[in-house]
Amino acid sequence: MSIYSDSLAAAFGLLATADSDLMEILYLSINVSLLSLVLSCAIGLPIGAILAIRQFHGRDTLVGIFNALMGLPPVVVGLLVYLHLSRSGPFGWLGLLYTPQAMVIAQMILITPIIIALSCQVLEDMHEGYKDFFDSLVVPKRTALVAYIIDARYSLMTVILAGFGRAVSEVGAVIIVGGNIDHLTRVMTTAIALETSKGELELALALGFVLLSISLAVNFLAQWLKASAKRRAYV
Amino acid sequence: MQIKRNMTVTKFIIFVVLNTAFLTGNAFADNTILVQSTTSTKNSGLYDHILPLVKQDTGVTVNIVAVGTGAAIKNAMNCDGDVLLVHSRKREDQFVASGYSKKRYDVMYNDFIIVGPNDDPAGIAKMNDAVAALKKIAATKSKFASRGDDSGTHGKERSLWKRTGVNQDASSGSWYLETGSSMGATLNTAVGTEAYTLSDRSSWEVHANKSDFKIMVQGDKRLFNPYGVMLIDPVRCPSVNSNGGKAFIDWLISEKGQKAIARFKVAGKQMFYPNAQ
Repeated sequence: MSIYSDSLAAAFGLLATADSDLMEILYLSINVSLLSLVLSCAIGLPIGAILAIRQFHGRDTLVGIFNALMGLPPVVVGLLVYLHLSRSGPFGWLGLLYTPQAMVIAQMILITPIIIALSCQVLEDMHEGYKDFFDSLVVPKRTALVAYIIDARYSLMTVILAGFGRAVSEVGAVIIVGGNIDHLTRVMTTAIALETSKGELELALALGFVLLSISLAVNFLAQWLKASAKRRAYV
Repeated sequence: MQIKRNMTVTKFIIFVVLNTAFLTGNAFADNTILVQSTTSTKNSGLYDHILPLVKQDTGVTVNIVAVGTGAAIKNAMNCDGDVLLVHSRKREDQFVASGYSKKRYDVMYNDFIIVGPNDDPAGIAKMNDAVAALKKIAATKSKFASRGDDSGTHGKERSLWKRTGVNQDASSGSWYLETGSSMGATLNTAVGTEAYTLSDRSSWEVHANKSDFKIMVQGDKRLFNPYGVMLIDPVRCPSVNSNGGKAFIDWLISEKGQKAIARFKVAGKQMFYPNAQ
């Protein structure tokens, strides 16, 4: 299949020459995805922690809902955000439709449930393992939670990476609320959709390889952090 | 109380972060407008050709949202944009008649064509009667890819089928394939399944994935494809940047703008013919 080699070559060419359009798109992609990830973690990790260690009425229902929301179709999220941010919608006065901010909001809605559901599961497992032990020592819940987080840090990092992967790869939501506007809201995935629709399949696939390599780079970085942290721990 | 205050602080932080992180992308400055437009004009590269000139002459930065005509009109009705530039005469007139815009201006035109695979199973090559060609496609049950997305091209295609008397919808899924997608995606489907399809000329000319496909039918008067531009009524939509929008429309229909449209070529061929009054 020469399409692979041609596209790979094109991808390397684009990266090697630091094609200015590509760099702009890449920068926005990473910027939008990272910002939605940071905000989603700020909201999602505390909620996940509370759900993991507190027992209250309706807690299981909530966990079930967040688990189900991990499968939110991006295009539905895009549509909902569009309807709310549209000038004729309730938040139209903010003027956020067709801006990177709108894309961040859509991605936050997509990935916050992932952060909540997965971090809750990770911390709940820790809690079940240590609960009796900590209770016997009368360790306060807050201190116990800190211990869980430190102990489960690598699992939580995987949770965050899953969120990033979802954010950087989805197209359905950002193309509706961002509008795929050149030099303003065009990101990697919407650019791939555009090139595909222009029949520029080789270029589209090349952009796909670039996006994939970003994901790989982020994950290798995480692996490296983990490995070097472990090395230091055993010195 | 403590929790409540924390919530407000969190909300404030989110707001600040969201709004400071993208200082570069200030989309709604005074000299910036948003145009709801069609994919055909965008994908052809026309805007890449004229927008720098618009910026130079009027100082207006134009952002384009490219969707099907149906979607563009709906977005415009929701006040999501300043200017509408589409190709579906009937619906544009409706848009104006319903009070969403004061006036529609002619900008340019080109034509629709029917493209198909080189071996031409329906035998319609070199025909110039689009309706007769569609009849032959239906009679031979040759595959036909339809936009099926309420776009201007889809509307034109449906009006042509209506004239044939064929009930093509009854064969949806067998030889009549409704992609529900943009022109480019539909051309990809057509090429992938050896189906005929109706396309505007500019989308076809710029489409890279042509395989052995050729223009089969052209030159029918009924394949006329005019584009119109409208300022979204600032009374109905107070968010409309009417100065910027007006400047853009005035430029398009000015002698200079019309000449720039005529000068735009793809592979040496003129794509759009100016026809402002």
